[in-house]
Amino acid sequence: MNEKVNAIINKYNGDKGQLVSILQDIQTEYYYLPKEALIQVSETIGIPASRIYDVATFFRAFSLEPRGKHLINVCLGTACHVRGAARILEEIERNLAIKRAETTKDRKFTLETVNCMGCCAVGPAVKIDGEYFGHMSSDKVDNVLTKFE
Amino acid sequence: MSANTNEMPNKLCSKQDLEALQKELINGRKSDRVFISVCNGTACHPYGCAQLIETFKQEISQQDLGNKAELRITGCHGLCEKGPIVVIQPGDIFYQQVKLEDVPEILRETISKGNIIDRLLHTDPTTGSKIVHRHEIPFYRKQKRNILGNNVEINPTRIEDYIAIGGYTALAKALFEMTPEQIIEQIKRSGLRGRGGAGFPTGTKWESCRHAPGDIKYVIVNADEGDPGAYANEGLLSGNPHSVLEGLIIGAYAIGANQGYVYVRNEYPLALANITTALNQAQQLGLLGENILGSRFDLNVSITRGGGAFVCGESTALMASLEGKVGEPRAKYVHTVEKGLWDRPSDLNNVETWANVPVIINKGADWYRTLGTDSSKGTKIFSLVGKISNTGLVEVPMGITLREIIYDIGGGIRGGKKFKAVQTGGPSGGCLPEKFLDLPVDFDELTKAGSMMGSGGMIVMDETTCMVDIAKYFLTFLEEESCGKCVPCREGIKRMRQILNDITEGKGGEEDIDLLEQLSATLVDSSLCALGSTAPNPVITTIRYFRDEYEAHIKEKRCPAGVCKALISYYIIKEKCPGCGLCVKACPQDAITFIGKKKPVALDESKCIKCGACYDVCKLGAVGRK
Repeated sequence: MNEKVNAIINKYNGDKGQLVSILQDIQTEYYYLPKEALIQVSETIGIPASRIYDVATFFRAFSLEPRGKHLINVCLGTACHVRGAARILEEIERNLAIKRAETTKDRKFTLETVNCMGCCAVGPAVKIDGEYFGHMSSDKVDNVLTKFE
Repeated sequence: MSANTNEMPNKLCSKQDLEALQKELINGRKSDRVFISVCNGTACHPYGCAQLIETFKQEISQQDLGNKAELRITGCHGLCEKGPIVVIQPGDIFYQQVKLEDVPEILRETISKGNIIDRLLHTDPTTGSKIVHRHEIPFYRKQKRNILGNNVEINPTRIEDYIAIGGYTALAKALFEMTPEQIIEQIKRSGLRGRGGAGFPTGTKWESCRHAPGDIKYVIVNADEGDPGAYANEGLLSGNPHSVLEGLIIGAYAIGANQGYVYVRNEYPLALANITTALNQAQQLGLLGENILGSRFDLNVSITRGGGAFVCGESTALMASLEGKVGEPRAKYVHTVEKGLWDRPSDLNNVETWANVPVIINKGADWYRTLGTDSSKGTKIFSLVGKISNTGLVEVPMGITLREIIYDIGGGIRGGKKFKAVQTGGPSGGCLPEKFLDLPVDFDELTKAGSMMGSGGMIVMDETTCMVDIAKYFLTFLEEESCGKCVPCREGIKRMRQILNDITEGKGGEEDIDLLEQLSATLVDSSLCALGSTAPNPVITTIRYFRDEYEAHIKEKRCPAGVCKALISYYIIKEKCPGCGLCVKACPQDAITFIGKKKPVALDESKCIKCGACYDVCKLGAVGRK
């Protein structure tokens, strides 16, 4: 972990102003923010660990818990909401037997929601590992999830 | 897809260098080549545009059309509803919903022989006739695409494309023919107002920042488009990033700033990638960095990614986030143009505001003023979404009516349903009913009606949208996004959301509407930043214009739109049900029983969790909701 995190910090020249970007890169690497990595960032760039914790828990993009292999993002933007996004979310929750912001026991899926992904035209939209699925309906959920089994 | 750095033109050291390069690029374009513009915008991705592009590439080489046709991978074309979109130039031929198997035919027929493929054309919804040319399609006809129009002409990852259509000439004009004061004067005269939503006059903001004491100043692009249901900034930043950058450089020169930031929402991977590429290219060409075009003006720009916090669209919160801190706003006794980022004078403008700047410098403030209303000049980009036929990104002149946007451009309500409301301004805006359809869209008119311009979300709602649910939706969103620093916002929104929750669950009391109004007034008066003070808008407007829906929920325990789960039930319409059993399979609760072939199924209400799976799966309309 040491070297990877150092490489990320060096990419931003240890700039304190780039803390959010540094955390994002760490999360891209580990899918979440491991405690040891945050302590290392704190010690290397000289920001108290308490403030890093503050930032890491403030922004909804960050997770302090390990996440699953596949990340599901259900869009809850207004355009998707009026087209029934809440029902898509409920169906996925039922299908995987987890609630939003949770990870399945087998660590296969993490279910999260986003406020808009910029593809309102095809709402309700779901994104899994960067792949977009538009015009979702509750009866399509199972088929889409099976693709990632 | 990104431009190969080896092919980049030489660094430009003067205005003449830029002009020479532009000439060279334009000459290179004046060939007999046919351009096939394929939309690679974010909304076309779920339709599989990436595969479509690959297929075009393979097919062009297979049919040996490399000398005749050139593929142009572009940003958003606007009519996202009908994606993937392919436009063929010259000729402006518009093909929609193009499938992989259509590609060989397009090349063989249209590119090689000049024949039009009827099947792929747009159908005029009123006359039913096929339309060949893009500019004749009703969706585009009433628009004024001053800012977005270039999306279809350029590959956003190629700076050469942008220069070939006149890109960076406004920058050269500003640097060599105008003083900073003259630029500010032009922007002020143009009447440009902040496109982030509040509509503050841009020129005045620049002037204050220029005159603020201090040697070090900053310019910032606000690309943290957090409004749910708005992707106007995304479409612009990913489709034409150089136009935003050019505006930023001109602004920095006018204000006297040598450091700029682009704060991009991390949920927009394409916009992030394209602005990063644009920045690197501008740097390599000498349009950014030290001594820009030999003018002795320096500007460095860096990109910062947001962390998914709505409040960071607020200027002071965004600046705190840029400093690596938690994105909490502060009270603005001292404006950010005097003390902003790192306590230095900082000018923050929205993506769309910056993209308007090169247009104003090139064509002049007087030209710009000819579009729009008395108080709002120019155009505005909206993401027209929700229950509308033509979902997409539209750019309209200020002063156009809501009716023209929704019916003429948007093609009316989907599925022949009845219009109920249009929501603008995101969670800070309001819902306007039918009687406002002839309202001219500008900053002040929308505010007078109780909504606001906002950054560009325009969500259309029909009779199946519950207005109490919408109010609850926005407050749930804001409750999560409130930073928690001030009490009125943190506690007020929470209480209001709880009251709305009760109403939608049939537990509302007669006094609830009054209570919501009282809390709203408190939030407006005492919140620290605009997130809190505008949070009640969705509630205030829905109570004002749709009071009957609130009363139906409270007094009759009924949701007229059929949305609020606790107040609705599903049932089988026996006359329509052929007993196919699809709903039986779809039901997660085994609440529906198969009786026999050609016999209607039976639904056990006591087992039903109202998930709506049967309703979604039945294509015969045999599942009812009341």
